[in-house]
Amino acid sequence: MDAILLQILNGLDKGSAYALIALGLTLIFGTLGVVNFAHGALFMLGAFCAVTISKLFNLSHKASEPSGVDFLGNPKYEDVLYVEDWFGERLGGWMLDWSVPLSILFAIPIMIGIGYVMERGLIKHFYKRPHADQILVTFGLAIVLQEVIKYFYGANPIPTPAPEMFRGSFDFGAALGFDANTIIYPYWRMVYFVFSLVIIGGVFAFLRFTTFGMVVRAGMADRETVGLLGIDIDRRFTIMFGIAAAVAGLAGVMYTPINSPNYHMGMDFLVLSFVVVVVGGMGSLPGAVLAGFLLGVLESFASMNQIKSLLPGIDQIIIYLVAIAILLTRPRGLMGRKGVMEE
Amino acid sequence: MGLLEIKNVGKRFGGLKALDNVNLSVAENTVHAIIGPNGAGKSTLLNCLIGKLIPDTGSVMFDGQSVLGRKPHEINQMGISRVFQTPEIFGDLTVFENVMIPIFAKRDGAFALHALRRVLSDRDIVERTEMMLADVNMLDKRDAHAASLSRGDKRRLEMAMCLSQQPKLLLLDEPTAGMARADTNNTIDLLKEIKHKRDITMCIIEHDMHVVFSLAERITVLAQGTPLVEDSPDNIKGHPKVREAYLGEAQV
Amino acid sequence: MLGLNKKDTTILIVVAVLTMAAPFILNPFPTNSSLAQFNAGYPDLMQRFVIYGIFAIGFNILFGLTGYLSFGHAAFLGIGSYSAVWMFKLLSFNVIPAIALSIVVAGLFSVVIGYISLRRSGIYFSILTLAFAQMSFNLAYSVLSNPKFNLTNGETGLQVYGSDPQYLKGSGPDVTHIFGLEMRATETLKLGGWSFDFNVGYYLCALILLVSFYISVRIFRSPFGMMLRAVKSNQQRMNYTGLNSRPYTLAAFVISGMYAGLAGGLLAAMDPLAGAERMQWTASGEVVLMTILGGAGTLIGPVLGAGFIKYFENIFSKINDNVLHTWFAALPDGMEDFLITIVHPFVGKGWHLTLGLMFMAVVIFLPGGLVQGGQKIGRLFRRRGANAPGPEGEAARKQPAE
Repeated sequence: MDAILLQILNGLDKGSAYALIALGLTLIFGTLGVVNFAHGALFMLGAFCAVTISKLFNLSHKASEPSGVDFLGNPKYEDVLYVEDWFGERLGGWMLDWSVPLSILFAIPIMIGIGYVMERGLIKHFYKRPHADQILVTFGLAIVLQEVIKYFYGANPIPTPAPEMFRGSFDFGAALGFDANTIIYPYWRMVYFVFSLVIIGGVFAFLRFTTFGMVVRAGMADRETVGLLGIDIDRRFTIMFGIAAAVAGLAGVMYTPINSPNYHMGMDFLVLSFVVVVVGGMGSLPGAVLAGFLLGVLESFASMNQIKSLLPGIDQIIIYLVAIAILLTRPRGLMGRKGVMEE
Repeated sequence: MGLLEIKNVGKRFGGLKALDNVNLSVAENTVHAIIGPNGAGKSTLLNCLIGKLIPDTGSVMFDGQSVLGRKPHEINQMGISRVFQTPEIFGDLTVFENVMIPIFAKRDGAFALHALRRVLSDRDIVERTEMMLADVNMLDKRDAHAASLSRGDKRRLEMAMCLSQQPKLLLLDEPTAGMARADTNNTIDLLKEIKHKRDITMCIIEHDMHVVFSLAERITVLAQGTPLVEDSPDNIKGHPKVREAYLGEAQV
Repeated sequence: MLGLNKKDTTILIVVAVLTMAAPFILNPFPTNSSLAQFNAGYPDLMQRFVIYGIFAIGFNILFGLTGYLSFGHAAFLGIGSYSAVWMFKLLSFNVIPAIALSIVVAGLFSVVIGYISLRRSGIYFSILTLAFAQMSFNLAYSVLSNPKFNLTNGETGLQVYGSDPQYLKGSGPDVTHIFGLEMRATETLKLGGWSFDFNVGYYLCALILLVSFYISVRIFRSPFGMMLRAVKSNQQRMNYTGLNSRPYTLAAFVISGMYAGLAGGLLAAMDPLAGAERMQWTASGEVVLMTILGGAGTLIGPVLGAGFIKYFENIFSKINDNVLHTWFAALPDGMEDFLITIVHPFVGKGWHLTLGLMFMAVVIFLPGGLVQGGQKIGRLFRRRGANAPGPEGEAARKQPAE
């Protein structure tokens, strides 16, 4: 029982990331009808927003230490962080510690901006082109973005820690009455899970309760009719693209303490996120979220030692196997609507 | 016993009864028209015949065999060809290739792996294609890309594709929809000519009464998913029920 | 000739001449000149040209004709390589059984993967093939390399060890060979400052490329090829014409899978080593790029695309800052540094960045690929040359894209 609970918990953080990326993919596909192979790159860019902010906060300059000289008699220097200079030692130190969550503030406008530029500058011209062209051009863009990041940040993963207070782990075992130390779960992963729930809830609420969201949903169902009503649907779709980019970016920002970001993390997540979208049902937002969490948990179960000793390496391929099985039995995916992308 | 026998066919979409207990018999070598106001279930019925939809109840027999549950290509291989509302042709291929493909399909079946043979060395196919194109006066356009044809020519090409298979039954779904008067008349002439030249059964779904009454030998009026009457064109014109249900506004 | 019409025969002859004379054509600069870095007539590079050419020719039969965009064809390339290396390990270093097995095994895999993936079309198909390829990669990389059942040797890659049985080896050579003739055997011809390499492995690959190319031309001109184009053009009409599109697409998928397996087998035959990275989806993306860069659906496009990309990969990867400095040495210092800063990210290790940009540029500006681009330019010149559209110009315009 405790082992099962542990695996479920372990699956949640990866599942959250899958769900957030798949949500954005589905939004873009549903609104613009475009298959965005560069969506994983947006996740990666979000992560590197956090890296950049953390690096900026760590910038320092030399200042002579007032206490005097070293043993050779030279004046002593020490590194002073700009943030501590500008905001005082306490606030500055806090900012440094909380650089990942603080990055959210910067990442939102940056990612929306990137999404906006991407849609207006590139994707827009591909609405009427075949899906194959859309896939190819976004695939090319994904390579370009990833290589640019590699050029500036190098190929190695860059550790970006969570704030001090979240670095420990919570002993679920003890809290729930099992033996202590059986179910240890890092705080930050809990934060990530809750964060993703908030984002998902936010997106759903936005689509459900605002006029903007209502129009977008109507447009997803029948673009032409909404266009005939004289509503400028394209503009709204552009904004939705920005929002989808921001969702992927935020997923990336908050993921950095869990896995140190590297330049190819986007591609790694993208393939799996596509599988998630297909399993959930193309065009279904709840399907994408549900499938994301399901597959995340499933993957974590498959990596249990008992299962791995039976079927070595099953954790590496389980998602694909499930996806293939689902597509064969339920071609529309778990929650796909009839008529969406059924060629 | 007609060539096509539709018995007790019903189809529901959720709460909507699209077809309700349809009985219809199309006799061999006749031109049978199915008319009816919008939403009468004409297209649903047609889609049930070609395997796009499967009815909830009833049976559809063609030439003594059931067509239900068969895939579109199997139904075509039984001898049913279809002309679509907007011409469905192979736009990227030449006119000549467009006509060759159905002839290949008729001769070699649903799949044949002739991967190393040369298309043009198949004299039999080439000759039959040339004859067919001559029949519809399109030999001069043989090397044109099908997508570059005019709308009328596309319709002509689609008919040629269907006829090249020498189908027992030709289904026509509003063949003159959206056409100018002159084009409509050309199509009528073309169909008359086809009928004159060979033995063929046709089933036409049509809105345009001009087309219906110049071609049809039997007419079935469909309303709200059920056949209202079935009779010869002359009797239909005068039929009070039909006038009421449909022709009232059409000014025949 | 050979059952081809005049135009196709010409194309075949052009390809034959290009591949046979490649050691001359690709080494136009004397060995000691500063331009020698642009030479490409090295055996291993020429081998890569033709092997990836074969890969792209096969991919084009699927993508170019049917329009089904597979994102997982590298899996078959990898499978072919693994099969070939296993033949080396079990039998001998003779490449013939290895190549034969790689085609067969890749063919079997593509039947299974194709059968499942082709139940869907459009982007579903792309994603399914991508998932299969990624799964194959994971299988090869970790799952099938466990101590109990080591089929792929994981990260290290599969290679031949002295302890392998090699039942049929006898007194045969210790390197890959074809009935005793070693793949690496090279004759060098020196003419003045020039030097040309004639390599056994290259000529074997080139002959196989010619046969592959010939088969693909025949497929393009066959009823089967016409049906495949019909699939791309209007699948609905095809089904209502009494044709079952599924076996047609599956046959195309399997044929292209076998081409990929053949290419993988040849890679292993040139260098008896197989690694999982050969199956990664970036590799699948590369063959897509080769095909669209050359021109999807054209006969010669994929071969050109493969050569183009492999050539520039080689050149770009070789350029480092030192090379750049010699290039721009004539410029004033500030200008030189500025230019080097600009160019630097795109060369050397930055080749992938250039590749990505090229990918986008081709899709955006040249959807028809190099062949169509060439035709456009050609037409422009012809029109200028003879303003009055004579019968010849008319005929030229009517030619469908080759």
